[in-house]
Amino acid sequence: MANDHIDLVVEPGEIHALLGENGAGKSTLMNVLYGLLQPDEGEILIDGRPLQIRSPRDAIAAGIGMVHQHFMLVPVFTVAENVMLGAEKVRGGVAGFLDHRRARKEVADVSTRYGLRVDPDAVVEDLPVGIQQRVEIVKALTREVDLLILDEPTAVLTPQETEELLLVMRSLKAAGKSIVFITHKLGEVKAIADRITVIRRGRTVGTADPTASRDELAALMVGRSVILTVEKGPASPGEPVLDIAGLVVDDDRDVRVVDGVDLTVRAGEVLGVAGVQGNGQTELVEAIMGLRPIIDGTVSLGGQRINGWPTKRVLHAGVGYVPEDRSVDGLVKEFSVAENLVLDIYDRPPFGKGLALNPDAISEAARARIAQFDVRTSSADALVSTLSGGNQQKVIVAREMSRPLKLFIAAQPTRGVDVGSIEFIHRRIVHERDIGTAVLLVSSELDEVIGLADRIAVMYRGRILAIVNPDTPREEIGLLMAGITAAEATGAAAGDTGTGELA
Amino acid sequence: MTVDEVAARPAARGFWTRGRKAGAVLLPIGLLGAAVFGALATDQPARLTLSEDAGGAALAVPGTLGAILFGLLAAAAGGVLLSGAVERWFTWLLGVGVVGFVLSFLCWQISDAPAGQNFMPMVNMVRGTFLLALPLIFGALAGVLCERSGVVNVAIEGQLLMGAFAGALVGTITASVWAGLAAAAVGGAFISLLLAVFAIRYLVDQVVIGIVLNLFAVGLTGFLYERLMQTDQQAYNQPPHFGAWRIPLLSDIPVIGPAIFRGSIFLYLALILVVVIQVGLFRTRWGLRTRSVGEHPTAADTLGVRVLGLRYRNVLLAGAVAGIGGASYTLLLYSFTKNMIGGKGFIALAALIFGRWSPTGALLAALFFGFADQLGAYLGAINSIIPSQFLAMLPYLATILAVAGLVGKVRAPAADGKPYIKG
Amino acid sequence: MTNINDPSDASSADKMPAEEAELQEATAAATPGSPASAWAPEGPDGGRGRSLGQQFLYNLWAANTVTVTVLAIVLALLIGAVLIIVSDEDVLATFGYVFARPGDALSESWLVVSDAYANLFKGAVFDPSAVGAWIRGEGSWRTVFGPISETLTYTTPLVFTGLSVALAFRGGLFNIGAQGQAIIGVVLTGLVGFLLPLPPVIHLLVALLAGALGGGLWGFIPGFLKARTGAHEVINTIMLNYVAIYFLSWLIIQRGVQNPNRTDAISKPVDSSAQLPRLLGSDLRVHAGILLAVAATWAVAWLLNRSTFGFELRAVGGNPDAARTAGISVTGTYIGVMAVAGALAGLGGANMVIGSTANALTPLVAAQIGFDGILVALLGRVRPWGVALAALLFGALRAGGNTMQSVSGISLELVTVLQALIVIFIAAPALVKAIFQLRAARAARLQTSMAKGW
Repeated sequence: MANDHIDLVVEPGEIHALLGENGAGKSTLMNVLYGLLQPDEGEILIDGRPLQIRSPRDAIAAGIGMVHQHFMLVPVFTVAENVMLGAEKVRGGVAGFLDHRRARKEVADVSTRYGLRVDPDAVVEDLPVGIQQRVEIVKALTREVDLLILDEPTAVLTPQETEELLLVMRSLKAAGKSIVFITHKLGEVKAIADRITVIRRGRTVGTADPTASRDELAALMVGRSVILTVEKGPASPGEPVLDIAGLVVDDDRDVRVVDGVDLTVRAGEVLGVAGVQGNGQTELVEAIMGLRPIIDGTVSLGGQRINGWPTKRVLHAGVGYVPEDRSVDGLVKEFSVAENLVLDIYDRPPFGKGLALNPDAISEAARARIAQFDVRTSSADALVSTLSGGNQQKVIVAREMSRPLKLFIAAQPTRGVDVGSIEFIHRRIVHERDIGTAVLLVSSELDEVIGLADRIAVMYRGRILAIVNPDTPREEIGLLMAGITAAEATGAAAGDTGTGELA
Repeated sequence: MTVDEVAARPAARGFWTRGRKAGAVLLPIGLLGAAVFGALATDQPARLTLSEDAGGAALAVPGTLGAILFGLLAAAAGGVLLSGAVERWFTWLLGVGVVGFVLSFLCWQISDAPAGQNFMPMVNMVRGTFLLALPLIFGALAGVLCERSGVVNVAIEGQLLMGAFAGALVGTITASVWAGLAAAAVGGAFISLLLAVFAIRYLVDQVVIGIVLNLFAVGLTGFLYERLMQTDQQAYNQPPHFGAWRIPLLSDIPVIGPAIFRGSIFLYLALILVVVIQVGLFRTRWGLRTRSVGEHPTAADTLGVRVLGLRYRNVLLAGAVAGIGGASYTLLLYSFTKNMIGGKGFIALAALIFGRWSPTGALLAALFFGFADQLGAYLGAINSIIPSQFLAMLPYLATILAVAGLVGKVRAPAADGKPYIKG
Repeated sequence: MTNINDPSDASSADKMPAEEAELQEATAAATPGSPASAWAPEGPDGGRGRSLGQQFLYNLWAANTVTVTVLAIVLALLIGAVLIIVSDEDVLATFGYVFARPGDALSESWLVVSDAYANLFKGAVFDPSAVGAWIRGEGSWRTVFGPISETLTYTTPLVFTGLSVALAFRGGLFNIGAQGQAIIGVVLTGLVGFLLPLPPVIHLLVALLAGALGGGLWGFIPGFLKARTGAHEVINTIMLNYVAIYFLSWLIIQRGVQNPNRTDAISKPVDSSAQLPRLLGSDLRVHAGILLAVAATWAVAWLLNRSTFGFELRAVGGNPDAARTAGISVTGTYIGVMAVAGALAGLGGANMVIGSTANALTPLVAAQIGFDGILVALLGRVRPWGVALAALLFGALRAGGNTMQSVSGISLELVTVLQALIVIFIAAPALVKAIFQLRAARAARLQTSMAKGW
C-alpha cells in the first residue's frame, strides 16, 4: 500500500507543495489524480463535484495536467509534434492531416504568454533536460489546464534552471493556475509554496506554512527531529590509493561529460563527490570501473595504471563498487539472494574452480553475509526481487564488502532506501574507512555527503570546481554545485540569498 | 533495434563515419570489379534492349570497356565517400556505387553469354522485378503497420500464406476474384488477430508468437490443402485470376510503360498503399499517434491516446494488407500449393528492416530484392556460371550487413516488441 | 478546488519490490531469464500446512505447469478434432441434415476423429493388437516396439535443437537460427561422412564433431555480430537460416558431392562407418543418437546450473547491465552462448544424416528440426529435462502422425497444427486458465516468454 487514506485540498491559484521523502507515496498519489492508477477507496472532487478519473483522458478533460518525473515525451518527435499529440489540430476531414502551422503557432503563443522559450521544430531528443521539461509544461498549458502537477521537477535541474522554473511557476500562479509541486527539497518548498502538505509512508502527517522552519519541516517529513548525523571519529588518511589525472570521458551520446578531472583518494578517508545529478559523476565512476572508455587521462590504483582494464580485473584488484541504480546495474532479479551475493566472485575459490561452481560454498557464504549485514529475507534461496529496496541495497553492500578492499566506491548508496537501512549502510561505510580502505562516495544528497565525507569534491559540468572541508557552510557548497566559485560568490551572494538553500 | 546498451556500442566513432565505412568497402570492390569483370568480359557488345526481346532500341556497351568503366565508377564513388568530403550525398554516392558495380557485373555477364544472347531485355527485367517484389512490398508494409505501432511482426509469412489460401479457396468457391480478394484480406487478418490477441492481451513475447503462428499457418493451410484441395481441385482450388489493367498514356512510356502500367490490380494496389501509408504515417493524426505508440506508449497514454486499441487496429490492418499480398499468388498466376510462400515473408521482414521501417524504404528494398531474384532467373537463362543460389542469398546477406551497421544505422521504433502495461 | 481522499494500494514499482515481482510475472514483462522463475519454488500461496495429498491436488488445479501443459494438449486435440470434422466431406454431408438427425452427424464425427487419434496413439506408443499378437506368440516383439522406436527416432534431433534454443534463451538470446545451424551441421557431417575415408569409430566421432563445429560456426556469427555491432540476433539468425538453405542446395549439385548415379539434387551416401549404430537391430530405426541426446541433456543441465559459464549465461540473460557491472563479459557470453547453442543444433543436424532418417544430403535433409526446436524449447519451459520431455512428445506426435496419415488418411500437417496450438496455449497460460476456470494462483508464473524488442 503506497497511499493510505490521504486527504489533500488544493485551492485555485495556489502553489501547493507535496513534501515527502523518497518513497513516501507522493508520486503514487499524483498518478491516481492523473488517472494512471485507480484508487481502491476515496474520491476526487473537482470544483466541489465528485469525479471519476479512469484515465489520463478524463484528467485532461477535468483540467488536470501533469509533468512527470520521467518525461512523457516522444524523443524522435519535434516539440510541436509532442505538444499536439493527443489533441491534434487537423484539416482534411476524416483523413486528418496534421496542421503543423497551427500547432507551431500554439506553441509560440504559450511560449510567449508564460515566458517559456522553446523552438517548435527542434527534435526533443536533441534538447537539454531543462528545455525538455519546458516542453512538458507547454504541452500541459496548451491543454488549458487549471491544475498542473509537477512531479519532482527539480531533481534533474541545475540551480539556475531551478530558478527559472520557479519563475515560470510564479507566472502560472499569476495567471490563476493551481500547481501541485512534489518534492523532497525543503529549500524549494520554502521559496515558492503557498501551502505545504507533508506525506510520510503513504499518510498525510500534517500541513504547514512556508514560514515554518527547515527543522520543523524536516521533522515532519522523516518523522523524527534528527536527520542525518553519522557518528564517526576523525579520519587518519594514509597513502593515496586512487589517483585520477586529467580524466576525460564521453557519455553514450558522445557528449563530453567528464572534462579533465584530477582527484586523489587516500587510504582511510572518505572523499565525497557532491553535485547536481548529471554533471558527470556517473560517467566518472563508470570510467574508473572500466565500464566506459577513457578518452584521455589516467586512472591509477595503488600506483598502478588501470586505464583500459576490464571491469573484472578492476574488481579483483580490490575495488568494491555499489552502482547508483541497483535494479539496473546492481542485481539480477531472477537470481536468488545467494547468487546475487557472489555475482562478481562466482568464479573464484571457493565458489568456483575452473568451469565448476560450488553451490554449497555459495549458500554457506550467503547465510553468513545475510546474518552479518542484517539482510531481511525468508531464505538465501529467495529471489532477490522479493526483498525490500533497503534489503536489496544491503545485499549489494554485503557483496562488495565481503572481500578485502583497497578502494570502495559507493554511488548513491542510500537512494530509495528506508531510514534504518540508511543508518546501517552509513555505519558500514565508516567502518570500511576506519579499517583503512579508501572510500569514494558519490551522492546527489548534499546532507549525505556532508555527513560522511572527510573531504568534499564539488563536481560541476564535468569538472571538479573545488575540494572543500565538510564543515564548509552549506550555502557555499550549494553555490559551488551551481558552478559559482568562492571568488565569484562573494560578489553575487549579497543579492541572492535563496540559491544556497535550493541545493 | 533496441539492443542492450551493453552490446550496442557503435563500432565507428570519429573518423569512421558511415560514409567512410561504405566507401572503404565500395572502393576495393569497385576496383576488383573493374579488374575481374573487365578481364572476364568479352568484346561482344552488352546490349540492354528497351523491349521484351533482342529487337528494338538498345543501350549497347562493349563488354570489356563497360565492365572496366562501371567498375571504376563504383570505385570512384567509394573514393569520394572515403574522402569524407561530401557526407551529405551519402545516399546518392552509395546508390551510384552499387549501380555501377552491378552494371560492371552485367557487362561481363551479358557479353559473356552464349552467342546471340548478348542482350538483356529491360522490359522483362523491370516487369519481373516488380512481380517478384509484389509479395515483399505487401509483406513489408504489413510489417511497417505493425512495428510502427510497437508490435513486432515476424508472422508476415503466415499472413501471406493464409491470404493466398483464403483467396484461392473463396475465389474458387464463389468464382469471383473480388470475393477472393476480400477473403484473402480476412485470412491475413485472422493470423494478425491471433498475433494481436496473444501479443497485446496475453503479453506473449511477440517474436515467439510470430514464429509459432507461421508454423500454425503452414500446418493449417497444408492440412486443409491436402484434405480439401487435393481431393477436389475443381471445387476448391481453381481460383479465377485478375487480368492486366492498362493505364492510358502511362502505359506508352518506353520500358516503364509496358513493364509497370500494363500490370495487375495488385501492382497498382501495392504502389498506392506505399504512398497512402507513407503519407498517413508522417502527415496525419493517425500516423502521429501510431508512431507515438510505437516509440513511447506511456507518453501517448498520458495524452489520452488509446494505446492498445490503436495497436489492435494497426495489427489487423497489417494482416489484411499481407493477406492481399498473399492473394497476389493465387488470384493472379497460380493455384494454391502447400507452403507456397516459401520464405518470402522473411524476405519481406528483411525488406522492412533494410528499408528502415518506412514504407518508401520498404518499397525500394523490396524492389532491390526482387531485382536480385529476377537477375538470378536471367542469369540462369543465359547459362551464367554464377550460381542462382548465391543471388538468392543476396537479400539475406544485405540485411545482415545493414543491421550490423555497415550501411548506415538502422533504428527500430523504440517500443517495438514491448508489451504495454498500464500504470 | 481539487479534493482528494483516496486510499489506494496501487503499488509503485521500485518502492514495493515484492509486489513488483508479482507484477513482473503477471505481466510477463520479464527479462529473458524469466523462464527460470517459472520453476522457482512454490510461492507463499503454495498452500502451506496441508497434507501432501491436498498439496498435490492444490498444485494440480492451481494451474501449475503440468496442468497447463496437459490442458494445452487437450485443447489442441479438440481444435484438431474440429479441423478433421470440417475437412471431411462425408461428415460435412451429415451436418447438412444435422437438425433432422443430429445423431448421424455426431456419430460420424466421433468415428472419424476417434479413428484418427487412435492411429496417432498406435503409431506413437504401442498398438494393442500387436501386443496381443506378441503375447499369443503370433507376432514379434519388434512390431510391438516399432512405434516407440519411431518416436525415439523423431525425438533425437529435436532434443538437440530444443536444447540449442533453450540454452540461448536462458542467456537472453532468441536463437531462431537453429534451423540454419542444423543445416550447416548436417552439411559438414555429411561431407565428412562420404568424403573422408576413416576407420569406423573414429569416422563417426569426426562426423559428429564436424556437425558440432559447423553448427557452432553458424551460431558464432550472429553471436559475434550481436557482441560487436549490437545487431539483433533474431534478425541475423533468420537471415542465416536462408543463407544456409541456399548454400546446401548449391552444394549438393556440385561435382564430387552430388551422387553420380542420380540426376536430382542428392549427395553421395554417407559411409556406413560414420553411421550411428542402431540399438534394436536393423528392423527398428532407433539409433544411438537418443543416448547422445540424453547425455546432451544432462550436460546442458550441468552447464546451466553447476558451471561458471552457466552462471554467467544466466546472469547475462537476467540482467546484462548488472552482469557487466559485476565484471562479467556480456559480449563474450553472447558469443559463447551462441556458439554452444549452434553446436547443439549442429549435432541435431548431424543426427539427420548419420542416424536412420536419411543417409545422404538432400535440400530437405534437415526437415523442420530447427523450427520445431523452438516449439520444443518453449514447451519444455527452457529447462533441459523439460526440453527432453517436450521433444519426446513432439517425436511421438510425428511418429503417430505418420501412422495416422497412412491408415486414417488424415494429413500429417495436422501434427504441425497440433504442435503450434500446444505451444500457443502454453505461452498464454492465462488463456488456458480462463477457459478451464482454474484457480488464479500462479498461472502468471508460467510465462515462458520474454519481452524484448528488436
